[in-house]
Amino acid sequence: MGGGHGMASSGDLAGRTAAELAELVASGQTSAAEVARAHLDRVAAVDGRVNAFLHVDEDAVLAQARRVDERIAAGENPGPLAGVPIAHKDVFTTTDMPTTAGSKILEGWRPPYDSTVTARLREAGLVILGKTNMDEFAMGSSTENSAYGVTRNPWDLDRIPGGSSGGSSAAVAAYEAPLATGTDTGGSIRQPAAVTGIVGTKPTYGGSSRYGVIAFASSLDTPGPFARNVLDAALLHEAFSGHDRMDATSIDEPVPAVVEAARRADVAGMTVGVVKEFAAGEGAQQGVLDRFNEAVELLESLGAKVVEVSCPNFTYALPAYYLIAPSECSSNLARFDAMRYGLRVGDDGTRSAEEVMALTRAEGFGAEVKRRIMLGTYALSSGYYDAYYGKAQQIRTLVSRDFAAAYDRVDVLVSPTTPTTAFPIGERADDPMAMYLADLYTIPSNLAGNASISVPCGLADEDGLPVGLQIMAPVLGDDRVYRVGAAVEKALEDRWGGPLLAKAPELVEAAK
Amino acid sequence: MSAITRDEVAHLARLSRLALADDELDHLAAQLDQIISAVARVQEAAAEDIPPSSHALPLTNVYRADEVRPSLTPEQALSGAPAAEEQRFRVPRILDEEA
Repeated sequence: MGGGHGMASSGDLAGRTAAELAELVASGQTSAAEVARAHLDRVAAVDGRVNAFLHVDEDAVLAQARRVDERIAAGENPGPLAGVPIAHKDVFTTTDMPTTAGSKILEGWRPPYDSTVTARLREAGLVILGKTNMDEFAMGSSTENSAYGVTRNPWDLDRIPGGSSGGSSAAVAAYEAPLATGTDTGGSIRQPAAVTGIVGTKPTYGGSSRYGVIAFASSLDTPGPFARNVLDAALLHEAFSGHDRMDATSIDEPVPAVVEAARRADVAGMTVGVVKEFAAGEGAQQGVLDRFNEAVELLESLGAKVVEVSCPNFTYALPAYYLIAPSECSSNLARFDAMRYGLRVGDDGTRSAEEVMALTRAEGFGAEVKRRIMLGTYALSSGYYDAYYGKAQQIRTLVSRDFAAAYDRVDVLVSPTTPTTAFPIGERADDPMAMYLADLYTIPSNLAGNASISVPCGLADEDGLPVGLQIMAPVLGDDRVYRVGAAVEKALEDRWGGPLLAKAPELVEAAK
Repeated sequence: MSAITRDEVAHLARLSRLALADDELDHLAAQLDQIISAVARVQEAAAEDIPPSSHALPLTNVYRADEVRPSLTPEQALSGAPAAEEQRFRVPRILDEEA
């Protein structure tokens, strides 16, 4: 390790990988409580500037960790991540912590039940450090749409950490947690992972449960992992994935062998397709394209056969997504009606329920959420339905067909994860179309339900900021993205002499 | 020509149950016009005879046995209610005076 992440000492537990921490706890060299303490200290030292967390309760975290230690002492084996701390996106319900989805309309809400992902983290002995900041209801690509302030990119505190899962990506990149959860509807795990120099996966849609995930666009929302390396991401992926009877769109099939694939880490005999439409780089930053092209050359040198593949309908994926996702959002967010939970405004005994509803929603929702509700209401209204929503659904079919044709020829597809590196806070805040372009390359996988990962592939020459390589595989081909991702990671870390994050600035010293 | 008028935006706000101020409507009208003009590109795709996809997976109805299982208590279900009374959600008036 380069030690460039501001650790107090090289032996500090907060610098370790999740796999290492679990091993140290399992072998009795340290305890879950000590590991939790080290990460809470790191949060206390840096989160004042990063603002990754919305909620951290130190005493409750240490109590959770002690319970894990007790389970292990009693002879129980909770699994390969027992005792490892995790940062949890505030879109997953948690009975013991507030859940806001970054929205004022849910300020202080304590859900009466745990999401399936939350429950599985607890069963697996992970210690939930706290809830992370996010774009309100997961709508955004910068985490600037949170009602609770912006999160900052640990590489440059004046830049965005990506979004919507920007609190989670920043927490992992700032060494506040070795693991984090996210949800990916149009790129909300892969894009923040790319711009903070870490690993993030969108599993196959239906591979991880949506039960207890506050809904944005139900046909697209997919929970997934963040980590600082591919193996850790695979371990977390395996820990919370798999069939859930509480989610009707959950796939009743075994979880692909992602951990085994991450350990295998080779591309021998594989065919890799470069998506022609995205490699052309229209509107993309040169430094992003340079690192991407090098990654493609690297794959070839590692023994993969590389071919160019055309997916002509991918260029329509972004406009189709910005009809489908807002349409589903306008329907899903109708539940915030000021009647059963959350904010209620203007209930003075004279106003009707409908008036109270409209006042509450106007005050409780932020600008982007209102834009998307209105856009969705428009796309679904009679007279416009066929021309917008109907057309977008046809494009969804065409995008899936492009993928199917490509996967007849190749095992995985690759592209840059994002067109640019992290942009400055405020730059696109009031320019929705510019913000939406951040998801240009990630959206096709959501429309088709594909598995997809982002792994770091270097720093852009112009600004020294991280660039992500996106690897896409068919539905339930999650193991392939880990296998290729781990091969790229291994080769690049050999070249760099350590992980990319070792090149990030020292957050603690920067304060002095 | 604009894709959407300010009157249409005001109508959408009513349908969406959003009590928006005039300045918010002005701002949103301009932005929605820009977004709708951009996403209208979907109409260029050659999609005449293509079946629509509402979903990525070929899942149809999923059934389970109809059996009693533990669920939330009334206290849990009402724990986040803005107002509750006699184990019920208390809501503002839903019918007009004349109704």
